[in-house]
Amino acid sequence: MAGSGGDMQWCFSQVKGAIDDDVAEADIISTVEFNHTGELLATGDKGGRVVIFQQEIENKNQPQFRSEYNVYSTFQSHEPEFDYLKSLEIEEKINKIRWLPQKNAAQFLLSTNDKTIKLWKISERDKRPEGYNLKEEDGRYKDPNAISGLRVPVLIPMDLMVEASPRRVFANAHTYHINSISVNSDDETYLSADDLRINLWNLEITDRSFNIVDIKPANMEELTEVITAAEFHPLQCNTFVYSSSKGTIRLCDMRASALCDRHSKLFEEPEDPSNRSFFSEIISSISDVKFSHNGRYMMTRDYLSVKIWDLNMENRPVETYQVHEYLRSKLCSLYENDCIFDKFECCWNGNDSVVMTGSYNNFFRMFDRGQRRDMTLEASRENSKPMQVLKTRKVCAGGKRKKDEISVDSLDFNKKILHTAWHPQDNIIAVATTHNLYIFQDKVN
Amino acid sequence: MISTMECGADAQNLISISLMKIHNSRTQRGGIKLHKNLLVSYVLRNARQVYIKEKYAEIYRMQQYEEVMTVCNEIQELDPLDLDAEDDEEHARTACCGEGASPCGSVCHRGAAQPAAHARTASAVFGCASLEEDTREPDPSYYRSCCMEASPAPHCDQLPASGSAHCNKTTVLDLDTHVVTTVENGYLHQDCCCDAPPLGQGAQTPAKKRKVEPGCYVSDVEEISDFTAARKRAKREDCSYHSLDYTDTSNISNLISIFGSGFSGLLSRQADLEQICSKQVLASLGAWTRAIVAF
Repeated sequence: MAGSGGDMQWCFSQVKGAIDDDVAEADIISTVEFNHTGELLATGDKGGRVVIFQQEIENKNQPQFRSEYNVYSTFQSHEPEFDYLKSLEIEEKINKIRWLPQKNAAQFLLSTNDKTIKLWKISERDKRPEGYNLKEEDGRYKDPNAISGLRVPVLIPMDLMVEASPRRVFANAHTYHINSISVNSDDETYLSADDLRINLWNLEITDRSFNIVDIKPANMEELTEVITAAEFHPLQCNTFVYSSSKGTIRLCDMRASALCDRHSKLFEEPEDPSNRSFFSEIISSISDVKFSHNGRYMMTRDYLSVKIWDLNMENRPVETYQVHEYLRSKLCSLYENDCIFDKFECCWNGNDSVVMTGSYNNFFRMFDRGQRRDMTLEASRENSKPMQVLKTRKVCAGGKRKKDEISVDSLDFNKKILHTAWHPQDNIIAVATTHNLYIFQDKVN
Repeated sequence: MISTMECGADAQNLISISLMKIHNSRTQRGGIKLHKNLLVSYVLRNARQVYIKEKYAEIYRMQQYEEVMTVCNEIQELDPLDLDAEDDEEHARTACCGEGASPCGSVCHRGAAQPAAHARTASAVFGCASLEEDTREPDPSYYRSCCMEASPAPHCDQLPASGSAHCNKTTVLDLDTHVVTTVENGYLHQDCCCDAPPLGQGAQTPAKKRKVEPGCYVSDVEEISDFTAARKRAKREDCSYHSLDYTDTSNISNLISIFGSGFSGLLSRQADLEQICSKQVLASLGAWTRAIVAF
């Protein structure tokens, strides 16, 4: 089980993706997700492709190295589409990937773009049939008159082939852009959320879904907030949460009513009036919400901070961590270059003791809840020697810059880490920069 | 109170940046992003509030200075024991100092006779509870402010009875403050909210002068100050201009009034936009609102 991250040291393990800077926009990574065992790591990109990496069986000769992740399967999940009715192009960018718990030999995942969710089956094939009676080996049909005998075809080994096939397509249920999908613990249903609505699906049924949350006002002129993220509780199949652009989180119980417009709990922290600015509404918008594995807490990410909420306390978070408070005085510039709209995600480690989120300049941050320590690390090609220990980084907010510190004005805001994932059991993390996927693991002594 | 000190950005700059973002969002791949545009509209609204407050504070300061100078000149010609002037002064003091606000106090204690119009203005500015009917005929360029209970009524059918000269005017309803703004040749007037034209009718042309609803009262300090400041601004347009370029100011004011309803304003005012703003921005914004409405 993963230990606390305070005095842990992180080492570079691998980096995936193109090396040179001249990369296509389609290669921008848009989502990263480990499966439930951590053996598989899926990424989605702006070009609508899904790449799955598999952890190889551990090399017994070198126990100090954990296994590497190698490409397992690549497939085109979504294609660009055109909505003729509204004259709008639908991006093929994969917004989210969620794995289903494994039930048989095959793996299943849900991937979604702005409008359509697809269920993909990823299966292995390492045998092929040989000895058909009516067909030649190359597939041509034999002349029936030439067949003299009858034999039973046999399965012979072949090189492993991983096939991805779309098993379900859940379409036409969302008017607005889908931002979240979440598989229920009942293994039968999942939810999908767009800006104004949340729908409940049965994994087997594609031609209908239930609308469970609808915050669209009767007059669009009265619109004041949108849904930004939603997730099912990891253990209670009747409970889910959704976050809003106003910085609130609503917990809903599907047993209470069919339409969960009225929340069971509302989590909201009053705004600090001394921090009021032109951009208060933007920076309080929640970009991600994640339940802890044990289901007792949830974490939210807004532009400048990460907050941990106890599900039993609605009026304020139990913990607040500043990710990059030094940006508060730069909000105007960040508004001009659109960085203030970046949606950072966050994640828990396996035992909920450490949380992680990304920042700019390819920095990412870890907060150890137990030891009250935080760490800033960098994902860069310069620190990419095998098993190289990552040095902690520090940003100098003002005043005299110490050695090894980097000043706020030197930060590269084009290098942002929006997506991170933590192995469910081990201390292995996947960190996505714009075009590359970095895999780090803790130093095994 | 929004801090404007950060990074030296002024409200006007933010307004233009925000408008440009909304303009650009129309051509982005994947369609208009509702979330981002909603957030941009919040910035627009915040910047507008600060801009208007700053503008009117500045105008008021200039106005105050001018009127003090005018009154001082008048006093020099008047008998200081003139009873009428004292009555006015008393009226002003009563009206103003009822609220006990210190800026009000500073106005009152100048010890100068103040015209009733100014007293009415001052009392409005400092949030006095009611505007009393005044026996004097208001200056034609001044309007009374009145406001019904806050209730969104975008499809209100009431229209002013008196006159309907067709000129270059547009009216928008600010759903935040429930104040109707009439933009006429760059002049900013504000009026009763219940006279908002129905959506989509475009250039409604309310008369220059409106009847005051009896029993109307002002319920919001912000509305009063907006209204009063608008009146002052209308008066100011006749006087010397600020160092700012007039065209820029009027265009910004036009845009501010149109976007006064925040996000909602962008959804509903295509026809109005095309009349007032530059064609390029308008054409794109119009299509954008169409796209939003289509959702």
